[in-house]
Amino acid sequence: MSDVLIKVDNVSKKFCRDLKKSLWYGVKDVAGEITGWGDSKDELRPGEFWSVNDVSFELKRGECLGLIGPNGAGKSTLLKMLNGLIKPDKGRISMRGRVGALIELGAGFNPILTGRENIYVNGAVLGLTKEEIGRKFDEIVEFAEIEEFLDTPVQNYSSGMKVRLGFAVAARLEPDVLLIDEVLAVGDIGFRSKCYSKIADLVKRSAVIFVSHQMPQVAKLCDKVIVQRQGLTKFLGKTHEGIQLYNNMFGEQETKTAGTGEAKIHNIKIKSGAETDIFKYNDSFHVKFDLEVNSDYETYIISLGIMGQDGSLIAQCHSKYNNTVFKNDGRKNKITLVIEKLMLNPGTYYLNIIVFDEGNNKHLLWIYAAKEFIVKGDFFGGCPIQLDAAWRMEAI
Amino acid sequence: MRHDSQLTLDTDSDREIGEELPETVYSPESQLLNPRRLLGRMFGDLKACRFLAWRLFVRNMAAQHRQTVLGYLWLLLIPVVQTLVWVFLNSQKIINVGVTDIPYPAFVLTGTLLWQGFAEALQSPIQRVQESKAMLTKIHFPHEAILLAAMGQVMVNFGIRLVLMFAVYLWFGVPLTTSILLAPLGILAMMAFGMMISLLLMPLAMLYGDVQRMLVVAVSIWFFVTPVIYPAPDGGLAALVTKLNPVTPLLVTTRQWLTGGDLTHLGGFIFVVVATLILSIFGWIVYRLAMPHLVERIGS
Repeated sequence: MSDVLIKVDNVSKKFCRDLKKSLWYGVKDVAGEITGWGDSKDELRPGEFWSVNDVSFELKRGECLGLIGPNGAGKSTLLKMLNGLIKPDKGRISMRGRVGALIELGAGFNPILTGRENIYVNGAVLGLTKEEIGRKFDEIVEFAEIEEFLDTPVQNYSSGMKVRLGFAVAARLEPDVLLIDEVLAVGDIGFRSKCYSKIADLVKRSAVIFVSHQMPQVAKLCDKVIVQRQGLTKFLGKTHEGIQLYNNMFGEQETKTAGTGEAKIHNIKIKSGAETDIFKYNDSFHVKFDLEVNSDYETYIISLGIMGQDGSLIAQCHSKYNNTVFKNDGRKNKITLVIEKLMLNPGTYYLNIIVFDEGNNKHLLWIYAAKEFIVKGDFFGGCPIQLDAAWRMEAI
Repeated sequence: MRHDSQLTLDTDSDREIGEELPETVYSPESQLLNPRRLLGRMFGDLKACRFLAWRLFVRNMAAQHRQTVLGYLWLLLIPVVQTLVWVFLNSQKIINVGVTDIPYPAFVLTGTLLWQGFAEALQSPIQRVQESKAMLTKIHFPHEAILLAAMGQVMVNFGIRLVLMFAVYLWFGVPLTTSILLAPLGILAMMAFGMMISLLLMPLAMLYGDVQRMLVVAVSIWFFVTPVIYPAPDGGLAALVTKLNPVTPLLVTTRQWLTGGDLTHLGGFIFVVVATLILSIFGWIVYRLAMPHLVERIGS
C-alpha cells in the first residue's frame, strides 16, 4: 500500500468577481446540484475566469508541499477545495485519513465567553472529540500560556493571546493531512518559535500543504513547492528553484534619478573579476562609476545601499562611516568600491547610490535601483544578510 | 530541503502507519447521483456532530444573556408584555375576539408562546447559519451541528416559557387534563414545520439579504392570519384564510391538547405533520447540497 495521502488530479475552479453575477450563478449552481440540470461546469460563463486551472500533484506522509504565488494566484481557493469547503468544477481530489487545517485560528470563539469555554467550542469545531479535549486541556492551556486568564472572557484577551489560544487548540489535532495557511505571521518571537517546532513535529507524521508568503519559512519546512500564478501551476519541484521563480515574479524596481542634480554619475559597472550581474555567496563585489560634482562643494559623501526586491534597504556602505573623505576638484573621477565578500541570501537585489553634501543631508544625486543583480545559491536563510562566520568547538 | 537543525526531525511517530485510512473524495458531480452514499453520509454526520452541536448549543445559551442584567427573565418578559397588551385591548373592547374556552389571558398567553416557538424555529436556523459565515468559509465541520444547536436553543427557550404558562394556568384555574401529554407532539410539530421552511429558504437567504427581511414582514403578517390571539373563526373570509394557513391546525390542536378542549383540526394537523416530515428530509438534503456553493459565493 502506497502512502500517498493527497492526490489531486486536474482540478479546476471557476471564480466570478462581479458580486451580482456571482450570486445569481450561486442560485443556478444550487438549482443544478439539486435537479441535475445546471449550467455546464466545464465552460466559463460571462464574468468568470479560472481561479484554479488544471492543478495536479500527489503528496505522501512525511512530505511538506509549499504552495506559493502572488496574491490572486488561487492558493486559498485550492486550499478550500482540499478542505472540502467548496467543490471543484473539474477534476478530482482524494485524501486519506483525518484532515486538519490551521487556517482560521480561533474559529467559533465567542468573545464574551471565557477562554475555558472557548477551548471546548473551538476544539469541537475543529473535530476533536470530548475525550480528546478533556485529555489535552492542560496541555492546551500550558502551550497557549494563558493560565491566569482561563476564566476571563476572550474579548479581554490581547490579540496575541487569542492567536496563541487558537493555535494551541488547533495544534492538538493529530491529522494525516494538514493544511496550513499563513497563520503564523502573528504572535511574539517566543510563541512563533514554539509554533514552528510544533509544525515541524506535525510534518513528520502527516502530509502537509503549507501556504505562505514567507520564503525563509517555506524553505525551512517544505520538501517541494508549487508556484501558482493566475490559477496556473508555473512550477512543481525543488523548493529553492521554486522560490527563485517566485521571487522573480515580483516588483522589478525601476531605475529612478532624483536630487539637486549637482552631481552626475556615468558608466556604473558591477564586477566580480569580470563584469557580471550574477554572483554567488561570498563572491567579491566591486562597484565602479564615474562621478562629477559641482565645484561649489569642497567635499562630498557617497552612500551605497543594497535594496531587496521589495525596495527595502538591506545593507549600506557609507563613505563617511568608512572614514573616506572625497575632496572635490570639480572634475570627473572614477570611484571604486570594493566589498570583499557578498554575504547575501539568494535573491534579486538593487544598488542605490546617493551623493550627499558634506553635511550628509542634501541629496546632490540619488539613483534608485541603479543596477540590478542576482545572488544564486540553494541555501535560503531567514535573513537577507548571511554573515560568514568561523565556527569552533573545543572540549572543555 | 530542511536547513534548520534546531527542529528535531527524526521520525518517532506514535501512530501506526499503514493502517487502512478512510478516503475522502471531492469531485464536481452532484452527490445526488449516489443517493445511498448521500443518505449514509447525512446520518453519519448527524451522529458525528452531536458533541459539536452540544458545544455550540452551550456556547449560544451562555452567550445569549450574558451581557444583560435581567438574563433569562427576558425570555418571560416579552410574552408577558405581549399578553398584557392583547388582554388590555380585548378588555377595553378595542378588539373583540369573541368567546374562548378558557380565560382570555391564559388563552392568549398559550397562543403567543406557541407562536413564538414556531417563529423562532423559523428564523433561528437561518440566523445561526448567517452568524457562522466565518466558520463555514474556513473550517470543515458537519453543518448539521449549527441546526441542532439552533433547534436545541429554541426548545430550551420554549421550555423556560412553559413554566410561566403553567403558573398562569394555575392562577386562572385552567384544569390540567391527560391530553396535555400529547402537547409535546404538537409543540415539536410546530417547530419542525418552522425549521423545514427555514431549511428550504436557506440557499436563497444566504445569497440574498432580501429573504431575511421579507421573512420578518411575513412572520408579522402571518401572526395575524393565524388564530393566535383569537379562536379559529367559523365563517367568512377569515375562516378561509385561517383554514388555508398550515400553522392553524398545528397551533389550534396543540392549544387544545394543552387546555383540554375538543379537537377541531386533527385532520389538518396530521396532514401538515406528514408533509413536514417529508419536506424536512428534502430540506436537509437541499441544505447539504447547497452549502458548498453558498460557501463559495459568500466568500470569507
